[in-house]
Amino acid sequence: MTQAEIRGEAPGADYTFAYLDEQTKRMIRRALLKALAVPGYQVPFASREMPMPYGWGTGGVQVSAAVLTPEDTLKVIDQGADDTTNAVSIRKFFQKTAGIAVTEHTGEATVIQTRHRIPEAPLTEGQILVYQVPIPEPLRFLEPRETETRRMHALEEYGLMHVKLYEDIARHGEIATAYAYPVKIEGRYVMDPSPIPKFDNPKLRMAAIQLFGAGREQRIYALPPYTEVVSLDFEDHPFVPGKAEGACALCGSETSYLDEVIVDDRGGRMFVCSDTDYCAGRRAAGYRGEMAAEEGGA
Amino acid sequence: MRAGAFRAEAPVAPILSVRGLTKRYGGRVGCEDVGFDLYPGEVMGIVGESGSGKSTLLNCLAGHLRPDAGEVLFDLGKDGMRDTLALSEPERRRLARTDWAFVHQNPRDGLRMTVSAGGNVGERLMAVGARNYGAIRASALDWLGRVEIAADRIDDRPAAFSGGMQQRLQIARNLVTGPRLVFMDEPTGGLDVSVQARLLDLLRGLVRDMGLSAVIVTHDLAVVRLLAHRLMVMKGGRVVETGLTDQVLDDPQHGYTQLLVSSVLQV
Repeated sequence: MTQAEIRGEAPGADYTFAYLDEQTKRMIRRALLKALAVPGYQVPFASREMPMPYGWGTGGVQVSAAVLTPEDTLKVIDQGADDTTNAVSIRKFFQKTAGIAVTEHTGEATVIQTRHRIPEAPLTEGQILVYQVPIPEPLRFLEPRETETRRMHALEEYGLMHVKLYEDIARHGEIATAYAYPVKIEGRYVMDPSPIPKFDNPKLRMAAIQLFGAGREQRIYALPPYTEVVSLDFEDHPFVPGKAEGACALCGSETSYLDEVIVDDRGGRMFVCSDTDYCAGRRAAGYRGEMAAEEGGA
Repeated sequence: MRAGAFRAEAPVAPILSVRGLTKRYGGRVGCEDVGFDLYPGEVMGIVGESGSGKSTLLNCLAGHLRPDAGEVLFDLGKDGMRDTLALSEPERRRLARTDWAFVHQNPRDGLRMTVSAGGNVGERLMAVGARNYGAIRASALDWLGRVEIAADRIDDRPAAFSGGMQQRLQIARNLVTGPRLVFMDEPTGGLDVSVQARLLDLLRGLVRDMGLSAVIVTHDLAVVRLLAHRLMVMKGGRVVETGLTDQVLDDPQHGYTQLLVSSVLQV
C-alpha cells in the first residue's frame, strides 16, 4: 500500500512515498535510532540500490527518504549551493516521489540534505541535517582492514588518528587536513564528519539532529542535538578552523566559507560564499561585495 | 653481559613464566608442553630448524596466536603475575603497546610503510596518549639517534630505507615506550653479515642499557651466541635441550643440538 493510498488519495502513484518501500524505511529508521543512541558509532544497514550512482548521495537519499514526512519541507545543498546538478536532481527526485514542498531557504526547511557543507545560518531545534558520506570510516586510509578498524573503535585505540595529524605537521608544518577533519564524539568515538571543510567543524555541535548516510559503505551514524564534538589536535598545534582570506565578492561577508572562482585566464579570481542561500539573503538585505555590480542583479 | 653477572644478584621473581604451552594446528603439533622462566634483564634464545615450532611458540607468548593449553604468566607489577591468556582483549592490547614489544623478521610487517620514520616511532607514544607534537618529535629524534639513523631522515618513509635501516627503525619504534619484554622473531634475518653485526651490536647495547628482557627466536647460532644468556633448542615442537648459551653451544648433549652446532660453517 502506498502512502498516497494511506492518505486516501487516488491509487496509481508510481512510487511509495519517498521512493523506498515501507519495510526498507523501517530498517533505516531502526539504524537511525541506534545511531542516535550511540553518537558517532557507525551502524551497519542494508543499503539499497538507488536510481543514482554511488558517490552521488545514495546514503543521504536513503536517510532522507526514511525521515521525510508529507509535511516536511526539503532543502538540498551540494557544496553549499542549491543550484548544482546534484542538489537539483535530488530535490527533483523527492518532489517527484514524495510530493513534498521544497525550499532553498535554510530557515524554512525541516529536512536539509547536504553534501560537503553545513549551512551558514545556524540550524534550530526541530530541523534535521542529512549528510551524504562517501567514506564513513575515519581510520580507513590508515588501517585498511575493516575487522581491525572495528576492533580499534571498540577498544578506543585512536593513536593512529594522531599519526595522520603528526604526518601532516611533519610534512607541511601544520595540520594540513582541510576537510573530513576527524572529530571525537562525547569523548568516545572518533568520527569522520563527512568531507565538510574544517571551517564547519565547530558548527557540528548544534541544535539540529545530524544524520550521516553512507550508501556504498552501508553505514549510518548520527549526532543528537548539542552533542559534544571535539576536533582532534595536538597541544602545541591546536585545531584551527580555516577559510580563504578575503570577503565574498557578491555579498561582502567576511565570516562565511568562501569558494575561489577563477574568472579569466590572467590570474583573475573572486571569492564567493559557498552557501548560495546565505549569500542571496545578505544581498537581499542590502549587503554588497566589491564585484556585486558586475553580476547584474544575480 | 654474560648470564653469570646477572645471576650473582639476589634471587628475583621471573618476569615471564610459561607453563605447559601447547599449540596444535589440527592434528599437527605447533609446539608442545613448553615451559620456562624468564628473569628481568635476561635474554632467552630459542633455536631450531625451520618448522620446529619456534615462531609458533613466540606468537603464542606474544598473544598473536591462542595456544590450546598452558599458561603465560607475566609480571604486571602491582597486579603481580597474571596469565596473559586470561586477560581481556583491551588489557592484552594495552600490554602489547606498553610493556611488550615485538620485532618482526620482516620490517614491513612491523612498520607502517606509508608513514614517515618519525611517525612510525611516535605511533606507540600517541597510542598511549602523547598529544604534544614537539615532545613526540623530540623522542622520535632521540630514538633515531640511538638506532643510528641520521636525524635528517626523520621525515622519510621507511620505503626509502635500506633493509638494515628498516630493521633498526622497527626496533626504535618498539622500544620508544620503554617496554620491559621484547619478542624478536629472527631480527637479523635477510640482512647481510656486516649489517647483521652492527644490528647485533646495537641490540646488545640496548638490551643492556635498558635492562630489557627478551625472547629471541632465530636459526642463526651466532645471534644467540652474542645476545642470549640462555638457550632453548626446539625440535618437532618440543624443547630438546636448555641451558646457558655457552654451555649448550660448546657442550651440546642432545643429538639434534650436536647436529645443529656442527652444521655451522666455520669460515
